[in-house]
Amino acid sequence: MNVLADLLQYLFSGLTNGAIFALIALGFGIIYNATTIINFAQGEMVMLGALSAISFYHLKPSLPLAFVGGVATVIVVGLVFERLALRPVREPTPLTLIIITVGGAVLIKGLAMLYWGKEAYSLPSFSGEAPLYLGTATILPQNLWVLGLTALLVAVLEAFFRLTLVGKAMRACAYNARAARLVGIPPGRMVQLSFGLSAALGAAGGILIVPLTMGMYDMGTMLGLKGFSAAILGGLGSSLGGVLGGLLLGVAESLACGLISSGYRDAVAFFILLVVLFLRPQGLLGGRE
Amino acid sequence: MKAKIVSRLFLSVVALSLLIFAGASASAKEPLVIGGVFSVTGTHSYLGDPEKKTLEMMVAESNAKGGLKGQPLKVVIYDDEGDPTKARLQAEKLIQKDKALAIIGPSLTPTSMAILPVTSKAKVPLISCAAGIGITSPAHERQWVFKTAQTDQMAVSRIYQYLQKTGINKVAILTVATGFGISGKEQLNALAPKYGIQLVAQEVFGEKDTDMTPQLTKIRGTAAQAVICWGTGPAPALVAKNMKQLGLTIPLVQSHGAASKKFIELAGEAGDGIIMPAGKLVIYKLLTDTDPQKAVCQEYDKKYQAKYSAPASSFGGYAYDAWRMLTQAVEKVGKDRAKIRGALEGTKNFVGVSGIFNMSPDDHNGLSPEAFVMVKIEKGEFKLLD
Repeated sequence: MNVLADLLQYLFSGLTNGAIFALIALGFGIIYNATTIINFAQGEMVMLGALSAISFYHLKPSLPLAFVGGVATVIVVGLVFERLALRPVREPTPLTLIIITVGGAVLIKGLAMLYWGKEAYSLPSFSGEAPLYLGTATILPQNLWVLGLTALLVAVLEAFFRLTLVGKAMRACAYNARAARLVGIPPGRMVQLSFGLSAALGAAGGILIVPLTMGMYDMGTMLGLKGFSAAILGGLGSSLGGVLGGLLLGVAESLACGLISSGYRDAVAFFILLVVLFLRPQGLLGGRE
Repeated sequence: MKAKIVSRLFLSVVALSLLIFAGASASAKEPLVIGGVFSVTGTHSYLGDPEKKTLEMMVAESNAKGGLKGQPLKVVIYDDEGDPTKARLQAEKLIQKDKALAIIGPSLTPTSMAILPVTSKAKVPLISCAAGIGITSPAHERQWVFKTAQTDQMAVSRIYQYLQKTGINKVAILTVATGFGISGKEQLNALAPKYGIQLVAQEVFGEKDTDMTPQLTKIRGTAAQAVICWGTGPAPALVAKNMKQLGLTIPLVQSHGAASKKFIELAGEAGDGIIMPAGKLVIYKLLTDTDPQKAVCQEYDKKYQAKYSAPASSFGGYAYDAWRMLTQAVEKVGKDRAKIRGALEGTKNFVGVSGIFNMSPDDHNGLSPEAFVMVKIEKGEFKLLD
């Protein structure tokens, strides 16, 4: 078997995983921009998206419906989480809020375990499981779905931030919350919106990947951590950086797994993260603070 | 004030202990205590949970029939959460405080290895539900330790026998990086020369990994004629899916860790054609009526279904066999621990859920590779291969 085909195969696998990391990284970025906190419950949103979509699918076997239902459920969870756990905090220093999100993550995971149990669940692929051949390398239709929908989501998100009034208002809040308030933008509303948006992104990522990976109550933790690494790698708060970070991380993992040894998969991802943090702490595309 | 509280406390303690004594003397016969240590919660709860439930079910059943030799039974089960240190403390508690006659469990090899010095020193019979071969061998150093779970070695022998028969000698292995996978990898390596099998690739994956295509791509580049995957949980099903994705058509052999209905469900279409060794409980409905294990498996499955409305698992089966073996020994020789040990060692032709046990002073497991049957998944159902 030639090396080139193998490399292509690693690349496909890496890009698919990377696209999911990118979606999660974007979620981290949006909340960071609005609040300067890291929402460590982001990974759990991925898990909730995946599992609730599966539950919807069992109620009524329609994938579009399951997708919409899953995303909608998680948006509600994201909004409720912000309203009940974060907003009532009397002295909202970033550290307090970050620790609350860690607690929230543990709580959400625990509740998911009680509701769905410790079993793994699967969701059928969006369009069949017959692999497509590119030379000797293969790609699943689901991989294309992941890549395509991720690209679409990123484009829509970019357009939202650049072209719509609400998007511009959110960016204004990110740059300078006080100035934004002076011109009549309610920062509280924007924070709420950012939690809804990032929950939706996480849920979409979860539903896209679950036909490939199966869903379990504890799938979110590692994905959240990888997404966080991707966000840091690309530059926290930069959406292009998040996407780049995610894809780089995914490909690096897959190459490490294929070319060096499968035992080093996670190690390589976090090693790259450390190197970037040493050499370029603001991330690849992050602006200087 | 302080003195008053203290005296009140003292009084209530006295009252409480009086109550306890009264309770104890009220029941003329003190219950016989059987101890259990299982990994009921945590990562390995899929093992410990059915084991605990099985033991509780059997004790309740036994008490409803008047107990063991006319004496009521009591089961004390501790949860070690898969932690060897906790298991050791709990074994000590079972021996010192609860005065357990014998102990069933633990669920895992590391926890079993941690408690066997304690139980052996106290001369309390231990029947482990874990797979590791080191738990009962060498048997002359493990006088007081028995086990009912099949060892990995038996599953490996069974797989290699099958591969040999079908003329496959170049194999790639893909094992999970947990105790189960590491032990499997050791045995796969150790037994390969005996069956003339050459391991052309040895890959590893993490328990929570969700994409094994890189490892399988590597395997695709070798001369492997079959892949053996050693893992538990959803990962083996992912391996099956990833192989289909890569267009890898060589046979996939799974370990007994994947032998469950759940695996078929998760693997979906990708499950078709997969071969694996399975304990007979999983496929008892396919056995002929002449197989002595069929009736035993059926009885256990029915009882478990009736009580917990979930199908019985092989893991619970280990506890079921241990319980039946132990109570049979007590029926025969009474409550003397040394005599019970002797009776356990003398267990012959004992038909259990996990196999037919023939214990001896040299073998405290008593099973042979025939405890496993090779099965193949066809159209979402298990089919017997031999």
